[in-house]
Amino acid sequence: MLTLDSLSVGYRGGRKPVLGDVSLRTPAGRFVCILGRNGAGKSTLMRTIAGLQPALAGKVSLDGEDLAAMRPGLRARRVAVVLTERPAIPALKVDDVVSLGRQPFTGWEGRLSAADRDIAAEALHRAGAARFMGRYFDHLSDGERQRVMIARAIAQTPRLMVLDEITGFLDLPGRVEVMTLLRRHAREAGVIVLLSSHDLDLSLQLADEVWLLDGHGGLNVGPPHQLASEGLIGSAFDTPDVAFVADRGRFELRA
Amino acid sequence: MPARVTTSSLALLVALIGLTLYALTYGQVALPFGQAVASLFGSGDEMAGQIVREIRLPRVLAAVLAGAALGVGGVLMQALFRNPVADAWSLGLLAGGQLGVALTVTAAAFAGPAAVAFLTLFAGPSITLAAAGGVTLAAAAMLALGRRLSAITLLVVGLMLGFTAQGLTSVLLHFAARAGGRVYGGWSDASFAGVQPETLPGLAVPVLAGLVLAVATAKPLTSLLLGESYAQSLGVQVGALRRLALLTTVLLVAPVVAFCGPVSFIGLIVPHFARGLAGSARILPLIPLAALGGALLALAGDAIVHAPWEQHFLHLNAILAIVGAPVVILLLVFSPALKGWR
Repeated sequence: MLTLDSLSVGYRGGRKPVLGDVSLRTPAGRFVCILGRNGAGKSTLMRTIAGLQPALAGKVSLDGEDLAAMRPGLRARRVAVVLTERPAIPALKVDDVVSLGRQPFTGWEGRLSAADRDIAAEALHRAGAARFMGRYFDHLSDGERQRVMIARAIAQTPRLMVLDEITGFLDLPGRVEVMTLLRRHAREAGVIVLLSSHDLDLSLQLADEVWLLDGHGGLNVGPPHQLASEGLIGSAFDTPDVAFVADRGRFELRA
Repeated sequence: MPARVTTSSLALLVALIGLTLYALTYGQVALPFGQAVASLFGSGDEMAGQIVREIRLPRVLAAVLAGAALGVGGVLMQALFRNPVADAWSLGLLAGGQLGVALTVTAAAFAGPAAVAFLTLFAGPSITLAAAGGVTLAAAAMLALGRRLSAITLLVVGLMLGFTAQGLTSVLLHFAARAGGRVYGGWSDASFAGVQPETLPGLAVPVLAGLVLAVATAKPLTSLLLGESYAQSLGVQVGALRRLALLTTVLLVAPVVAFCGPVSFIGLIVPHFARGLAGSARILPLIPLAALGGALLALAGDAIVHAPWEQHFLHLNAILAIVGAPVVILLLVFSPALKGWR
């Protein structure tokens, strides 16, 4: 259970919070898509939930434990992230990158146990990245690297996965594949998966729950069809050129 | 440790022992091999014993320690800056250390003979501390710049910072000499020959402490290879890690500057060979490889410098540049590693 309790996120010294006073609860095993226009605050919200930046107010707790107050080493066992940034890591093999996901569980040397190795191998399979084993991370394409980073996050055996706009470099079949594997992983492992995406169509079809950022500091939460039928998707995304048509479930140009 | 790391480390160790025995035996005075080994243990001819124990052994140990320090320092710097051409020499840390020493010596010269006498009495620790101050300032400046500059730009800025510091050092020592307090000559060249048996601990203790700390920071530094946010998400306290890695680098590098001068290229190229041998950029396996590789390169350079040439000795940095600079050129032109970091 992920609980946001009157959470405000943003940057200190900013005129007002990017997102203010959000309270919600999400049960384990949910695949959540976070939608909103550029600049609505998706990344800020996700970085705050993952503990990568401090909240302005309120708190984030996972299964009753306050994530911000947690020791970083312990938080790393609960929460895994995959980010938009594409790290260039010379001479690091795919196996090394994935086994970094086990680092929060190893001793000072970072030596992997047989169980750690099994978990890393299993994670590569789940992320559809097993065929990249033994190759150098830098020799992979953007999409392939993203799969390896997902495998690394799965190998971290977290209870919460936070993935920030990771499908941008993938073609349509690739995006469908990645989103369905994340949804499957959420169900099977009982993990809460938070995915921010610009893929409205796919997100509305695949998400169990949508967090919709309205761009004015507010957040609407609900199942995709409900947000669509209430016209909230339209009010968040419509422009003079394009409008969301709820009964067809897609955007159409205002000709 | 993976098998290839163990095998490569053993091979490097054997080569290092072989080269050490060579360096103890050959030089301006060639000794029979047996005699050189015997005099190591205090037996045999007195003259030979003096040459081996008091002249060659300190120089060889200094080369091994300094080479290991610079090699491991290079591994840490390249991980810390996430920059494959970072090292203590290329980013101006060594020159910063020299400037620190020059400032201290000049200040002592102007303060009067008592200060100079004090400095001379505690020569080892005081110049190491002065160098550490300079190295720390230069490293902090480069870390601040490193966030804003690309890998190659940072290299150029580092080299320029180095030239500036060296120029200032030279000018300062000129005036310090005129004031009659010239305690230490300005080292425009690096050399391992200046280390005496009694000053050797001053080099060895901080370097060994630095090597231990390097091993301790290896795990979080490997996570930092993914970038700051990922490292943080893996439980690394990035700010604390940066400070610890910086302290480790200073412990490794400052005594080298203080006792051996600005030894170029070793820290820059050795980590690349170490990664090649290990087949991975994970930091922990790189530490023994870079330490042994750096020691081997430094000792090889020193052996060439002190080979029985007809006229005078060669310059150490000249030898290192002939080996090192082409490697850096190849890296800049061909390394796929640099593409992502451009």
